[in-house]
Amino acid sequence: MSDFFTTAVLVATAASGIRLAVPLLFASLGETFGQRSGVLNLGVDGIMLLGAFGGYYAVLQTGSVWLGLLVGIAVGLLLGLISAVISVTLKAEQGISGIGIYLFGLGMSDLLFQKLVGTPLPITKFPKLNIPILSDIPILGELLFQHSMVVYLAFLAVPVSMYIINKTTFGMNIRAVGENPEAADSLGVSVNRVRYATVTIGGTLAGVAGAALAIDLGIFQQNLTNAAGFIAIALVYFGAWRPVGVMLGSLLYGFVNAIVLQLKTLSIIPPNLSDFAAMAPAIFTILALVIVARRFKAPAALTKPYSRGE
Amino acid sequence: MKKHRMTWLIVVLALALIAAACGDTAEETTTTAASGETTTTTAASGETTTTGAAAEPFRIAIVAPSASNDLAFTQSIVDAVDIIKAEMGNVEVQVTDGTFVVEDAAAAIRAYADDGVDLVIAHGSQYGGSLQEIAPDFPDTSFAWGTAADTFGLDNVFSYEAASDEGGYVMGVMAAALTESGTIGIVGPVEVGDAKLYVDGFIAGAESQDPKPQVLKNYTGSFSDVALASEAAQAFAANGADVMSGTAQMVVGAVTVASDADILWFGTQANQTSLAPSIVVASQVYHWEVVLRDIVAKIQAGTVGGEIYTIDLANGGEVIEYNDAFALPADVKQLGEDTIAGIIDGSITTGG
Repeated sequence: MSDFFTTAVLVATAASGIRLAVPLLFASLGETFGQRSGVLNLGVDGIMLLGAFGGYYAVLQTGSVWLGLLVGIAVGLLLGLISAVISVTLKAEQGISGIGIYLFGLGMSDLLFQKLVGTPLPITKFPKLNIPILSDIPILGELLFQHSMVVYLAFLAVPVSMYIINKTTFGMNIRAVGENPEAADSLGVSVNRVRYATVTIGGTLAGVAGAALAIDLGIFQQNLTNAAGFIAIALVYFGAWRPVGVMLGSLLYGFVNAIVLQLKTLSIIPPNLSDFAAMAPAIFTILALVIVARRFKAPAALTKPYSRGE
Repeated sequence: MKKHRMTWLIVVLALALIAAACGDTAEETTTTAASGETTTTTAASGETTTTGAAAEPFRIAIVAPSASNDLAFTQSIVDAVDIIKAEMGNVEVQVTDGTFVVEDAAAAIRAYADDGVDLVIAHGSQYGGSLQEIAPDFPDTSFAWGTAADTFGLDNVFSYEAASDEGGYVMGVMAAALTESGTIGIVGPVEVGDAKLYVDGFIAGAESQDPKPQVLKNYTGSFSDVALASEAAQAFAANGADVMSGTAQMVVGAVTVASDADILWFGTQANQTSLAPSIVVASQVYHWEVVLRDIVAKIQAGTVGGEIYTIDLANGGEVIEYNDAFALPADVKQLGEDTIAGIIDGSITTGG
């Protein structure tokens, strides 16, 4: 156990936790927008997978990680729009339509990968960006300020999201539409337009999450996200539909995974308990969910499509 | 309005299911007509066939849990069957990959048997239970189950496995010789079957050397979580490992980390040089065609099952393929070759 509590190992573990949290953070922030306005999008993982392949392929062909990120954004935007059409205009049952998008993303990303790439080829990863001065601080510097650009973007998105949701008119509309769409409608807020916007934002961020994951790993494979999108959806409930909560949830999940990995590496967790340890992140998340859920309510109109006059 | 909505929904869901099916099923169907032999009545399509079983294509179907190009488990069997096809000529191959879910695989296995495929290869130890149910229903179809050493006492089931601990041992020996920091890392999925054999063999080989290196072992708990494998490799690097290895399809995540950190890599199941040409030292490549040739010959001679096969260093089923672009010191390579010879003639055992 003493091996674990050395500075170098602790810092490496925490940095690993932060890296693991990034795709979850992007995806769950996006889903927060959608859910806050009353739309549940279960297709996040599918969008992540297509964003991941898009980003991977762009980097493979051009070598530019930023182009890869842009492609991830574009793919996410398109799929977010499609999700919005399905949930808002077509008023599909949100518990099912999202799964359709997930299956589409899973299958299409694999099909495109098999046809366009074939055998996995490695790609350039994001360059590390050491923030001047701050990255020289002992311990904290390595922990917080020596990551890739994408990590900083993810954590920057948290206060930006908080500001949008809490301090702008758009944010007010989102919340109103999520709690009481009839009242919002009667006051002149276009429920459908707000939901289109939030679901599209959600899809875009999911696309970014996927691209960030693929470029950070430097490779693509069938089902690369390994259901991370679904974890992200759960984290929105965990985070009580608030960006800060969602960030804490993503970090919790990432840290528990990183700690378990490190404890296994140092043989502190014996091999026969290895499978139980693999359950730890999910267990912690469920526990936290139970504790938190008592105090926060879901948006009242979540999963309910809106039609004027119904 | 409602009618259109339903139609759209059905269209979208149908597209989704089709895309999912296409993605999970890579179908490779090729038929080669019997070369140069023409007889009998004309078929409308102009295809010529001879009567007699020898001229009909030998049909092989593969059902496997991961992608055909995973550079690991599934790729090894697909490559082997492709070699058989190239050698024999008159072979039709169909592949259903990505079926990690046992029920899906069982459906595929049954469908192939129903369709009259000669040899259905169920390439996944988790398919055993399904095979036990399905095989008796098709006594004339031959089933091959891997990696496993059990034919359930059925006449139409072959089983095959790899003595992956042998190659693992050899590479563990070389890893110990190459490490400068004295720390080696190995990442695996779940501690079962082929993965466990390889990891145990690798560690035994590494620890047989003097000075004995520190070997860090990590079973991530998942066959497919690439991010976790990547972070596992980061954890090894943080603990000073300068040589790594691993097994299962998620190791691609670990290899890219090794590549960035200039950490050497030993691969298994398939040749992983293309992933990181600068740091892959060698790969234990499975050449299943060594046993497949025998299986196909037996089927054509009338025996459809009942034997257990193992590929190992001795029969050429396992081959250590070195990366030519990597400058492996001659004495390390000699050490590796000596270890291979020792395992083949029995003087070295991996069971340590």
